[in-house]
Amino acid sequence: MSKDKRDSDDIKGKAYDSKLMKRLLGYVKPYKGYVILAILLNILVAGLGPLRPYLTKLAIDDAIANSDYNELLNISLLLVGSLILQAGIQYVLTYYTQLMGQKIIYDLRVKLFSHIQKLSLKYFDKTPIGKIVTRVTNDVEALNELFSSGIVMVFSDVFQIVWIFGFMFFMSWELALITLSVLPVLFYATFLFRKKVRDAYRQERKFLSRLNSYMQEHITGINVVQVFSKEKDEFKKFIGINSDYRNSLMRSVYYYATFYPVVEILSSISIALIIWYGGGSIIQSAMTIGVLFAFIQYTEMFFRPIRDLSEKYNIMQTAMAASERIFDVLDDDTIIENPEVPKSIEHYTGKVEFKDVTFAYNSDEYVLKNISFEINPGETVAIVGATGAGKTSIISLLTRFYDIQKGEILVDGINIKELSKDELRKRISVVLQDVFLFSGDIQSNIGLNSEEITYDKIVESAKIVGADRFIQQLPNKYNEEVKEKGATLSVGQKQLISFARALAFNPQILILDEATSSIDTETEILIKQAIEKLLVGRTSIVIAHRLSTIQNADKIIVMHKGEIREIGTHQNLLAKKGIYYKLYQLQYKEQELSGV
Amino acid sequence: MKSLKKLNKYFFRYKFKIILGIIFILFSNAAQVYIPILLKDSIDALKENISLDLIIKYAILIVAVAIVGGVFRFLIRTTIIIVSRKIEFDLRSDLWEHIQKLPTKFFQNNSTGNLMAHATNDISAVRMYIGPAVMYSIDTVSKFIIVIVIMISLNPMLTLYTLIPLPLLSYFVYKLSKKIHTRFTLIQEKFSELTTKAQESFSGIRVVKSYVREENEIKHFTKLSNDYLLRNMEKVKIQAWFMPMLFMITGISVIIVVWIGGSMVIEKTMTLGEIMAFVAYLGLLIWPVIAFGWVLNIIQQAEASMKRLMKIFSEKDDIYESSEINDSIAQIDGKIEFKNVSFKYGQNNNEVLKNISLEINKGETVAIIGHTGSGKTSLINLIPRLFDTTSGELLIDGNNVKEIPKEVLRKNIGLVAQETFLFSDTLLNNIGYGLEVIDNKVIENVAEISQLKKDLDSFKAGYETILGERGITLSGGQKQRTSLARALAINPKILILDDSFSAVDTNTEEEILTKLKEFMQNRTSIIISHRISTVKNADKIIVLENGVIAEQGTHDELVELNGIYADLFTKQLLEEELKEIE
Repeated sequence: MSKDKRDSDDIKGKAYDSKLMKRLLGYVKPYKGYVILAILLNILVAGLGPLRPYLTKLAIDDAIANSDYNELLNISLLLVGSLILQAGIQYVLTYYTQLMGQKIIYDLRVKLFSHIQKLSLKYFDKTPIGKIVTRVTNDVEALNELFSSGIVMVFSDVFQIVWIFGFMFFMSWELALITLSVLPVLFYATFLFRKKVRDAYRQERKFLSRLNSYMQEHITGINVVQVFSKEKDEFKKFIGINSDYRNSLMRSVYYYATFYPVVEILSSISIALIIWYGGGSIIQSAMTIGVLFAFIQYTEMFFRPIRDLSEKYNIMQTAMAASERIFDVLDDDTIIENPEVPKSIEHYTGKVEFKDVTFAYNSDEYVLKNISFEINPGETVAIVGATGAGKTSIISLLTRFYDIQKGEILVDGINIKELSKDELRKRISVVLQDVFLFSGDIQSNIGLNSEEITYDKIVESAKIVGADRFIQQLPNKYNEEVKEKGATLSVGQKQLISFARALAFNPQILILDEATSSIDTETEILIKQAIEKLLVGRTSIVIAHRLSTIQNADKIIVMHKGEIREIGTHQNLLAKKGIYYKLYQLQYKEQELSGV
Repeated sequence: MKSLKKLNKYFFRYKFKIILGIIFILFSNAAQVYIPILLKDSIDALKENISLDLIIKYAILIVAVAIVGGVFRFLIRTTIIIVSRKIEFDLRSDLWEHIQKLPTKFFQNNSTGNLMAHATNDISAVRMYIGPAVMYSIDTVSKFIIVIVIMISLNPMLTLYTLIPLPLLSYFVYKLSKKIHTRFTLIQEKFSELTTKAQESFSGIRVVKSYVREENEIKHFTKLSNDYLLRNMEKVKIQAWFMPMLFMITGISVIIVVWIGGSMVIEKTMTLGEIMAFVAYLGLLIWPVIAFGWVLNIIQQAEASMKRLMKIFSEKDDIYESSEINDSIAQIDGKIEFKNVSFKYGQNNNEVLKNISLEINKGETVAIIGHTGSGKTSLINLIPRLFDTTSGELLIDGNNVKEIPKEVLRKNIGLVAQETFLFSDTLLNNIGYGLEVIDNKVIENVAEISQLKKDLDSFKAGYETILGERGITLSGGQKQRTSLARALAINPKILILDDSFSAVDTNTEEEILTKLKEFMQNRTSIIISHRISTVKNADKIIVLENGVIAEQGTHDELVELNGIYADLFTKQLLEEELKEIE
């Protein structure tokens, strides 16, 4: 439950979190060289800007006051020189900091994606795909600015302010103090503004995320919306979510609308103070006009970074919020752990054993209760039962998509928790109910771009399962592109592809999950023949509703409400006249009635 | 700019606020521009050794003018930026309303990730144009004009010199913006690819994990991320010139003021106060000039985004827009007739259905059986007009479907699609999805027929149980039965079951079919199935083979005919018999 909350983009604690920041900065570490270079260049470039008002002061007080044309020209040339130098350094600086930023978010993005790939299915059951996608795309993107300009800009602003203060105090410390007297007010205003904007921003993100989830879900289910003619109602719902989002955005407009003018007014107060105090001093000949000139320019200069601080704060805000969500995912440890020292099976025979297995997806709703059974190497076991009896869960457990609450699952006598997951899964091929196809071509959907699977192997597998026939009819055969999720292929065709996929990986254990249910009888017979060949030397578990596909099973397990009720061969079970017998009777009633 | 013109109708909607905003901009600029004049006067006054009182007066005036300007700045944002948020809302709503209407074909050709990107990123880009870009460009232009007029009035020669670098600046900004824009488009493309990849990889996580393909997925994603990085750097290479060049060119202007203006002061043709004013004015101009480049950038990005949005907006609901709706058709009885219907998915595709002619009377149950890919689903998708026939006619109650209003047609058809989609909402809302008002009696009834009742006991919250994204917590059979209940709840005149029991066990299927028989009296139903047991009792069975009706008749007739159906039947029987021997 707590996981759900964390993922829901609700308003969270403080915006600037030193722990978060520290962690973010951890990603900068590999690029220390870039950072040092950036800081050095920054110190240099930050001084060049404030140098110019000082040079202007010299121009006014020394050159113009003394009518010295040469001096004026010299100072002007110095000004030009500082300008060109500044521009050059600025370019190098921008390029390298951007490069660093891009590299960091690349690292982070790949790390995040890799982590998510490793998360257990529990995470995917609970988190909408749209949200997960947002994490690796937009959320990571939101960090770009922080790394590429944010961090370095903060340095450059700080250095520039230090330089400016230095020049100001050097020229007149009294006037400097008076000019800077508005700073406390400015800081307070900025502080208030930050607080307001932060809260507003969190609201924005929350509503945006809601909007995205809505769109994601309804685009995926657009057919349902349309077939039920619900466009109008859905549109109303959309308008509701969309206007929540708009309202949250408009709230922050008011904060910005207030803050910027306040800063401008404060800056004018500074200038007024310079005119008042500086003017007084000039009248008393205690100060030159050049100083006044320089100070007015400095006011402009130091207000800008402080005002922009709020913008930088925004960058940080965005980054903080995004990083919080990213770290939430990175910290998510719903990973099915590999054992520290995985055991390995030397002679993989394919023996499977469930011992008193109890399992629930959610803590107290048990889907499987005290399941025990044994499958010997090469045996074919069928699991039957009504829908929801827990058959599908058994597969997910054997491949360790979930960990069990109680009991043990053994493969070749070793608890699967002691095997490495990859090792385990490579031995098992699963054909799932819902066939999932990737974008790419038919070939890559069968071989899944595995280097171990050759083109010939792909074709061979397709031939065995009878997929080759329809693939050959496609314009580009095995290179035919699969459009999103194979929308242009029929469900049966997709299933054939997934069979071919399972075969191509040549597993020791084969699991078929209701896979035959959508295929017409003829195709089914084709596949059955193929499977029979395949079953030799392979342990297999067939989960099907149709009794016809399990007749040849060595053993049949009858599940009912999460428990095993009957185990035996077809004949045994029939003789028992229990649940299996009932299932059987129903299937055959029709034929008996028609008197064949 | 062509695409952005399409936004005019939105601007027009808020014309009052926009005009007000523009007026506020002018006022605020007038105040801002007045401050350098005050600075000039106070400095010149200092030169003449005037009393401190006058200086204090100037200081107070400066603050007062700044306050007036500030109030207008506040008003500008609360009009123009607010309007931009409103237009963003309108645009997004319009886009969604439009997307919702688009035909199935559109969604087959456009990935969800792509559409999401349009609805979020592109709309944001356009919003930046509507708000900040419009605000800053008006601000810039008006400020520019006022400032230059004042500068000329102060010193025309110096103004001329100072403005020399500016055309250079404009040219430079334009050139760079253009290049940046091209590269930006390339970045967006990669980003979209990246999104699509992530989307796909996470949706197919079960397959990825089952086949231990995580590393492969990561490799692919890493490559895309790297491409994305490289494209970004291509942009940076150009963009990094922007700020330094802008500062340099504007900085040159200030130097010109100091140098030439300084000489003029020495020659006594100019005062120091005027130099102060010039420097201050240039300070005022720097931001607009920078904003100009920035705005240009925003506009170009917005243009690109708007172009993409327009592409979606121009997608037609070619199914409904091209047909002549007869509004007098208000209900449907249930007679369906296919007359020489042929169909293909695209011009270059093969025909999926060829010359289908078929009549289904009101109240009849017709079953369709056939090999995978024989065209079964394509055939039934024509009835609610998810696709239109390529040639031939499809009549319902004697009316061409193209004449029947969409709502009338679809509200009377209960389609249970092959692949189940449920919303992440409560079970109740999912079952009652097609209802205007959820009626508990109806829900109870359809839950009973669909055999959902039994499952309800195992759900803690009963009907209020929330289904996970795409109903992942339900088993395949439960999903299918929920989707059946949803279709039944709308009390359809025509019920279409597209292999809807594939994940339902035979026991439950049997019970459902028995209950359905009663429900389907006086309604037309079409059932696609692979199981003979499911189709056997239909009034008519159609055997589709390669898009053609190969056989049709009752079960007995077809068995007699000794064709494909009989073949399928015997095969299924043989299997059973073989197993019995064992």
